[in-house]
Amino acid sequence: MTQQTPVSKASGEGGAAPAEPMRDPRLLTTVASPKGWLDALRRRLRGGELGPIPVIVGLLLIAVVFQSMNDRFLSPQNLSNLTVQIAAIGLMTTGVIMVLLLGEIDLSIGSVAGLSAAVLAVLAVKQGFPEWGAIAAAIGVGLLIGLVHGTVFAKLGVPAFVVTLAGLLGWQGVHLYLMGSDGTINTSPNGAIAMLTQTYFVPFMGWAIAAITVILYTISVFVVERSRRRARLPYKPPSEIVFRAALLSLPILGGVWVLNQYKGVPLAFLIFVGFVVVLDLVLRKTRYGRMVYAVGGNAEAARRAGINVDLIRISVFGIASTLAALGGIMLVSRNFAASVSTGGGAELMMAIAAAVIGGTSLFGGRGNAYSALLGGLVLGAITSGLLLLQMDTSVRFMITAAVLLIAVIIDAISRRGRKSHARGGA
Amino acid sequence: MSTPVLELSGISKTFGAVRALSDVDFQVAEGEVVALLGDNGAGKSTLVKVISGAHPADAGGVIRWDGRQVGINSPSDAQRLGIATIYQDLALCDNLDIVANLFLGNEKLHFPGTLDEVEMESRAMELLDSLSVRIPSLRVPVASLSGGQRQIIAIARSLLGQPRVVMLDEPTAALGVAQTAQVLDLIERLRDQGHGVVLISHNMADVRAVADRAVVLRLGRNAGDFPIAETSYEEIVAAITGAADNPVSRRSERTGSSALATEDK
Repeated sequence: MTQQTPVSKASGEGGAAPAEPMRDPRLLTTVASPKGWLDALRRRLRGGELGPIPVIVGLLLIAVVFQSMNDRFLSPQNLSNLTVQIAAIGLMTTGVIMVLLLGEIDLSIGSVAGLSAAVLAVLAVKQGFPEWGAIAAAIGVGLLIGLVHGTVFAKLGVPAFVVTLAGLLGWQGVHLYLMGSDGTINTSPNGAIAMLTQTYFVPFMGWAIAAITVILYTISVFVVERSRRRARLPYKPPSEIVFRAALLSLPILGGVWVLNQYKGVPLAFLIFVGFVVVLDLVLRKTRYGRMVYAVGGNAEAARRAGINVDLIRISVFGIASTLAALGGIMLVSRNFAASVSTGGGAELMMAIAAAVIGGTSLFGGRGNAYSALLGGLVLGAITSGLLLLQMDTSVRFMITAAVLLIAVIIDAISRRGRKSHARGGA
Repeated sequence: MSTPVLELSGISKTFGAVRALSDVDFQVAEGEVVALLGDNGAGKSTLVKVISGAHPADAGGVIRWDGRQVGINSPSDAQRLGIATIYQDLALCDNLDIVANLFLGNEKLHFPGTLDEVEMESRAMELLDSLSVRIPSLRVPVASLSGGQRQIIAIARSLLGQPRVVMLDEPTAALGVAQTAQVLDLIERLRDQGHGVVLISHNMADVRAVADRAVVLRLGRNAGDFPIAETSYEEIVAAITGAADNPVSRRSERTGSSALATEDK
């Protein structure tokens, strides 16, 4: 054989250093020290892997600017209200992110939220259903709508844009029809529906939830890293795990501390964050999540790998509409009423904008559930700050647009960085 | 040569009025690299699709696996027998990392249904080590890999199904010199591990570098089966292009028994 082998790295180093986990010598290791982590962070930033950093910087910037213009902005009361305000659109954003991960779009979520609000109010108030039953029915309607969208898209091959555009019009029509001659249906101010956004946990509960979260996170990371070490794979040393846990507990404990100074942790915010966390775990840790990313990255490859692409698509649209319906319920809960305009305003655009600001790609396969939380906080903070400054909606729209553009521009630039550092461009 | 794992004889395939393959014979043994050569439209891809089950052959031909007659009517039939096909587009998900791509659709799970990343990463490392493939980190997105590395990942993934015959469609077509060498190294390693390898290629240098035999198709028919070591470059090219001056046509002129001649009668 006359074959020349220019790459002969494999020769002779196969069995070297058996005690250490096998590491490629070309792989730059992260030294387990603050300086090492800083170096690793600098490497990642230069490579265009910005992660959530631009959004967090943006949030801090927004906080500083508004606080300097009105010192009530960072008051516990305002921040507490903010967390309740973003819950509804945040839930809708969480659903949109699932669809965006597939590389598709769902334009109907605003209308679905509105329809779910109407179903909820009509059943609970006019038909006299028990409120929990009405909530379940509204969620069920959302799920059903999503499955219909998904089936028409996946099985009949109609572009998702068109299917959900029809949904945008059609479900709003059903919404108006259900509301009939009533412009507004008021719901009870002290039933299960109102409870969703009126419940606050006592301080002790808030601390307990925060502590349990941090402890669970730390233990699960420890367990994973220990099994990686046993399997002689690259692993994170305990000092780094502790550092990460400390970094995570900072916003969690800080948030609970601030919220406890007002009424405590709001149930609505907890529901929103709960869905974000669960969805994140599903996306990262389960086979289903892996399939969603695969279909979003390369549907044909996913199909050839034996993944039921249609089923994934239908289920994702089902999840998106279910979460939109939940968002609609939150809207009713906060306003004590469903009206003909519920979900028909800026909700859809805000939900999609929040997903993009949070860092989810519109082209599929890239993004995570936490972008709903971060994007929602950014938009919520802008809205809340401008309300405090008594600015008009017109200003809010213009500023939101600017933030959205900046987010996309940062993403585009960092993508260029990723390309030139060979980290994948899509 | 040992007994063939896969043996096709008298395979024909018609698409409407077009006879893409007529009476083609083909075989591959374990530990053997067979190059499948031919000009554009010679029927290489059709033959690959017949073997991989994408297009079942017309009735009349015989496919034998380990000497036993079998039918390959769908891609899953081929996979069950142990035939893996790596098409030119590789079918990788660019946004997923190497481990995720290797185990896509075939993930290892913990008891409650969560992904067993540790098990998958160790298995991936073992697999790539056994192929002497060195990639710094298995946790980078596939988009960041070079063309040769992507090809290698695609081949490695097909090996997880423990195939006995691996078919590669133009594995080096889009690669540079060094990357081509990596892929050719890998093909040799597959052969050394006892896999039968079918290599479809236009690149004669690659074929001469790794193949043991070259099967040439021309206009949907067998146009020669050459042991690479004893055949010159010109002879193979002549068989591919159908130039008169090659052993096959010279012999058929002499004996008057070429396939074309018999059909004209």
